[in-house]
Amino acid sequence: MKTIFWGSGIFTVFLLILVIGYILVNGLPVINFNFIFGQPIDNGASGGIFPFIISTFYVTFVALLVATPLGVGGAIYLAEYAGENALVKAIRFGSEILASIPSIVFGLFGFAFFVVYLDFGFSVLSGGLTLALMAMPTILRTAEVSIESVPKSYSEGSMALGASKWQTISQVILPAAVPGIITGVILGMARAVEETAAILYTVGAAIQAPVSIFDPARPLPLHLYTLATEGISMPNAYGTAAVLVILILIITIVTNALVDRYTKKMMGR
Amino acid sequence: MPYRLEVENLNVYFGESHILKDINININNNMVTSLIGPSGCGKSTFIRTLNRMNDTIPTFKKDGTVLLDGKDIYDPNVDVVDLRKKVGMVFQKPNPFPKSIFDNVAYGLGIHGVNDKDIISKKVEESLKAAALWDEVKDKLEMSAMGLSGGQQQRLCIARTIAVEPEVILMDEPCSALDPISTTKIEDLIHKLKNDYTIIIVTHNMQQATRVSKCTAFFLHGEIVESGLTDKLFMEPVDKRTEDYITGRFG
Repeated sequence: MKTIFWGSGIFTVFLLILVIGYILVNGLPVINFNFIFGQPIDNGASGGIFPFIISTFYVTFVALLVATPLGVGGAIYLAEYAGENALVKAIRFGSEILASIPSIVFGLFGFAFFVVYLDFGFSVLSGGLTLALMAMPTILRTAEVSIESVPKSYSEGSMALGASKWQTISQVILPAAVPGIITGVILGMARAVEETAAILYTVGAAIQAPVSIFDPARPLPLHLYTLATEGISMPNAYGTAAVLVILILIITIVTNALVDRYTKKMMGR
Repeated sequence: MPYRLEVENLNVYFGESHILKDINININNNMVTSLIGPSGCGKSTFIRTLNRMNDTIPTFKKDGTVLLDGKDIYDPNVDVVDLRKKVGMVFQKPNPFPKSIFDNVAYGLGIHGVNDKDIISKKVEESLKAAALWDEVKDKLEMSAMGLSGGQQQRLCIARTIAVEPEVILMDEPCSALDPISTTKIEDLIHKLKNDYTIIIVTHNMQQATRVSKCTAFFLHGEIVESGLTDKLFMEPVDKRTEDYITGRFG
């Protein structure tokens, strides 16, 4: 029995290494200073991907700027104010449904609502808002769980000193829940950074780096998709994929380290 | 001398269950009062009624009056924040905040609007000294309180309570999670604090009640069976049930 579980564990790690390894082996050779910081030539057949890296950060930033306050705010409401009633159940159910809707459907909605109806056009804003819709349930759910797992004794201690409910939430509960909330934001961000279908119809396909939020953009996954499906350049597609994977790894490792340091300081370990 | 707290005909219910039955007790100023009795007899519910911590429980209902300095604490005009500033509480399990030692004590000052850094520093030092913790932590005030020992954490919680200058300190079995040495330190501290504060302490430890308190009330099944001077209650109990309990026949 143990061998079977050991085997499946090893197999999972093996798959991860295989996928990442394959991409890195094929992608790393094309990565150099000019590839990362250069402008694309011939729609990406040669040259660099700098505008697309900027696009990725820009669109993700807009998505998180919208999704984080909404998600964390909703989580505070659910965990601290709502109690158990029909509305709460509806919100929870709704966010679970939202989290399981295929991303292409979000893309279609984003196109119909943000691009056409609100007339934001193909832009960083339309793409960012569409991604925010996708990231929000993840952030809400993770933040809610981490707020709920803050020991009740902390809030009792705070209330017993005469703190109001809001003082208790903002000064005791939220700081204690920060590591979990950040984990949720990172999960949401990972979803936004790697998403292709949802931005396919919303963000455009610009070759230049976006400046205003109304400019069209082309985040890395979309560029990768274009390079591969239109047969522009497979080596550059692998290079783009490698950059994307490395970016996600760096972000995850750095935030984990920061969260770890915060937790250690807070818990005195 | 007027009483600090006067409780008249207090009944407490959680939903259908009648937890406290017709409680009448007066608590003297600047003195320690122990509440003893077996588990589940309503001692904790009683002290949590005195700082309105039960308000957070949706099914909580009460009738009767609780007067602090002659004023009804359940009067609709009473600000709960103000009440809890006057009636501090130390919990069974030490519950410092996951913040620095300094911030734990400064927290209460901040929420009550003290912003002056010098005043806060001075008050933190005073409170930690009053809680007999200063010498052990003065060099590591920026360290997390979660790294302290259980006994130190409990004294920190007492310091945190003292910092907002309460009149009454409620202690809900403050030593039950502590080792004997830490317990002795807390008891010494209670002796020191009783000159300035009215202290009500719930304890399962009858020796502790005789060591720290002037008055004692014996709770059983939600009623006060007997209350009075600690020495008299333990030496010459009037009620048979009190005698049975203190001689260890039940509970």
